[in-house]
Amino acid sequence: MTRPHFSVSLIAGLIGFIVIVLIGAACGNDDNVGDTSSPTDMGETPGDAPASSQYVTTGGNELPADPSGITLLTHDSFALSDETLATFTAQTGIEVTLLQAGDTGTMVSEAILTAGNPLGDVMFGVDNTFLARTLNAELFEPYESPNLADVPDIFKLDPQNRVTPIDFGDVCINYWTDALPADPPTTLEDLTAPEFADQLVVQNPETSSPGLAFLLATIAGTDDWEQFWADLADNGVAVTAGWEDAYYGEFISGGGDRSMVVSYASSPPAEVIYASSPIDTPPTGVLLDSCFRQIEFAGVLSGTDHPAEAQALIDFMLTPTFQDDVPLNMFVFPVANTATLPQVFGEHAQIADDPLFVDPADIEAHRDEWTDRWVEIVLG
Amino acid sequence: MDGPVGRNRSRIGGLAARWVAVGVPAVFLAVFFVYPVGAILWRGLGEEGLGPMSDLFASARTRGVVWFTVWQALASTVITLVVALPAAALVSRLRGRYRHLIRGLVTVPFVLPTVVVAGAFEGVFFRFGLDQGDFRLRHTVWAILLAHVFFNYAVVVRIVGSFWSGLDHHLEEQARVLGAGPIQTFWAVTLPRLRPAIASACAIVFLFSFTSFGVILLLGGPRRATLETEIYRQAVTRGDLRSAAALALLQLFAVLALIAVATRLERRRPAPTGVVHRPPQPMRRAFRGANLAMMTVLLGSPIAILVERSLAVGDGYGFDHYRALTERVPQLPASAATALSTSLVFATAATAMALTVGTLTAFVVVHGRLSLRRIFDLGLTLPLGTSAVTIGFGILIALDEPPLDLRTSWWIIPIAHALVGTPFVVRTMVPVLRRIDPQIREAAAVLGASPGRVRRLVDLPIAGRGMLVGAGFAFAVSLGEFGATSFLPRRPETLTAPLALFRLLSTPGELLRGQAMALAVVLMAIVALSVVAIEAARGTEQDFL
Repeated sequence: MTRPHFSVSLIAGLIGFIVIVLIGAACGNDDNVGDTSSPTDMGETPGDAPASSQYVTTGGNELPADPSGITLLTHDSFALSDETLATFTAQTGIEVTLLQAGDTGTMVSEAILTAGNPLGDVMFGVDNTFLARTLNAELFEPYESPNLADVPDIFKLDPQNRVTPIDFGDVCINYWTDALPADPPTTLEDLTAPEFADQLVVQNPETSSPGLAFLLATIAGTDDWEQFWADLADNGVAVTAGWEDAYYGEFISGGGDRSMVVSYASSPPAEVIYASSPIDTPPTGVLLDSCFRQIEFAGVLSGTDHPAEAQALIDFMLTPTFQDDVPLNMFVFPVANTATLPQVFGEHAQIADDPLFVDPADIEAHRDEWTDRWVEIVLG
Repeated sequence: MDGPVGRNRSRIGGLAARWVAVGVPAVFLAVFFVYPVGAILWRGLGEEGLGPMSDLFASARTRGVVWFTVWQALASTVITLVVALPAAALVSRLRGRYRHLIRGLVTVPFVLPTVVVAGAFEGVFFRFGLDQGDFRLRHTVWAILLAHVFFNYAVVVRIVGSFWSGLDHHLEEQARVLGAGPIQTFWAVTLPRLRPAIASACAIVFLFSFTSFGVILLLGGPRRATLETEIYRQAVTRGDLRSAAALALLQLFAVLALIAVATRLERRRPAPTGVVHRPPQPMRRAFRGANLAMMTVLLGSPIAILVERSLAVGDGYGFDHYRALTERVPQLPASAATALSTSLVFATAATAMALTVGTLTAFVVVHGRLSLRRIFDLGLTLPLGTSAVTIGFGILIALDEPPLDLRTSWWIIPIAHALVGTPFVVRTMVPVLRRIDPQIREAAAVLGASPGRVRRLVDLPIAGRGMLVGAGFAFAVSLGEFGATSFLPRRPETLTAPLALFRLLSTPGELLRGQAMALAVVLMAIVALSVVAIEAARGTEQDFL
């Protein structure tokens, strides 16, 4: 009685199912579930499809006559209009498959784990807080895009061009204008003033990207950041694990009772665009002296079989077609000076004139030490 | 069939079936769990062996984290059991429609992403003044325990409830006739017989709380850390694979030890039960009322807040956010409605896989060779107690070459969901299979039924209820799964509903938040309806078995 004897009919069905699953799984890589980027169903494509010429050029780069499709590894926040990548395919014949790998930290970890047998040909979305980690891991092939001529030098953080800057965003203190107990703060030090007691909520830099960015802002922007945070703690700063529970939990916006939160310089235009009834001015403002600049980069992943196509995609990311599409989809700013900002951004988004900045190599070298110290001071 | 040829055929069939019963779960576990997890641990620790482990134990922080992880999971398990057992009693006695309805409704919390639940609880705390002062709940360990009870209530109600309804109530009636009071009857007669199902349910609740991630970070406040959150911190934030692997190994050992204890409890054979001939006496109205009140407060209040937020439009109320679900916003690669249908496809595939693997495993655990029982029982439960980072990153580096280059295939998502769903099928079926009266099976065998026929005609119909309860869980688990999914690289088209919801909450703006809440409510409705449909598929008369 202790051995299983199953009826054949029952088992036949079950084994058939498992076999199908395993076969399907083994062959399933090319299944495009509802693939939206197929060139055949693109409908209208912008005019000059280069079928006649043998070589295709994008920004001076030569492609094979029959280019391969490539994979763009990126984070979950990556978003574009439907037609943007279709335009690239129409211009070059290269199809782009997207692969999204969680938040930036997860994406970077996955890229490092799979170095040598990369998940994609191009990676987009590594920012200056993770940059040194990816460079130390030698994830990228150097490539100097001719379109870099349109990008101001302040964004070019890697002299070897292993990564190319694509967009930037500022992490700043946002305040709910009507709920502030006093005039809006103008400096970081103002945040420790008694009139702003129990008003600020920040994110834990150990678990949150804007949280880390703001810690870096205070390291760059105050004389003694440890004392500054001790003062903030005395002044009743609240801490959450992530941006969502800060903005929608503690901050006025989501029904909380705090009037200041660490968020993005692009948050006020989002408040206008996604207001449930149309409004002219955002309910929130930005403390421009508190902004840490995050720059997002793209790079050709080492080990790619399609370097020419990968480089063409990097070139494309700096063209106005891509750059103009970035603000309203990802709520960040384009780096190319050829780009045009959408009107709602022009009106409601502010760019810090003199953002705070920490060298990426310093961030990687001291990050654990700084966050450990922060935990001691703020969370005790 | 009774001639020599028929006998022979059935023996060959039996042999093949035995191989399948053992082979399918073994291959599934080996390929999708043991190999990937082994690969990531080897990558992290290979060169240094167990050196980092001793460093870990030397650190006071790690010891604190392990202690907190274990005790909060134990406390969550005990509290969930105490709170949900009366409801399991209620569900075991209800018949027909109401029973399916309640079992469907209690499953709702299962699919809710923690970011939404945490927001709802904070809302509840705020509304009842529990966010500060002497009775502060927010950012305390109590908030964590409360949320774990909320999420796991269904586990106890459904597993224990369905087992309970199959118990022969004559024993209780005899005890009452002999003069025992209701409480004495429960302690002395009912509880000992429920023990296998309770052990099963507790094992799952424990593992769920043990590996809980979002609840700890969001509701516990920024100071709390468990093994699960530490593994994430080391692997992702710090990029320290060595420490992460050491912690993952520690987590694995802890889970193995605890499952071993649970299975030992569960394996004590319950008194076999025949067929229940008539329903027990209806329960007292006060008991029923108290139960329903408990469910309303515990499960109902956070859900009510979500529903209210999904309907709030500007200063009034409306269905605008629900209508918006069909339109794509820039934050999502497709509309939220598309993400919902993707989730349903994945959940169906994951449930089918979990049901296949889980059913075979349960038969091996109960009737298989002794040496296999323990291994299968431990092995197929282990994924539930393993960090999502370990599984996700393991799959990424292990399944990266043909013929199993699955790391970017959409199949890997339902497979990962099935890994988590399978333990539910196993744990609901094992206690039910075990208590089938050997006399029924022997009678069938004496009357000439082959072992295969015994299984088909005796075991399966009786175990069917456990199977459906398990299937409902597997479906709900897949619909709500966030962790492992977010650690696997995905095509934009395969965005699942919980991930879509999280994306909606990542940009400020009332419309996006409203849409996220509407998506959560639709997700809840879908899971309640699906579970009711899955369980009702069996019909009510079978409940008496």
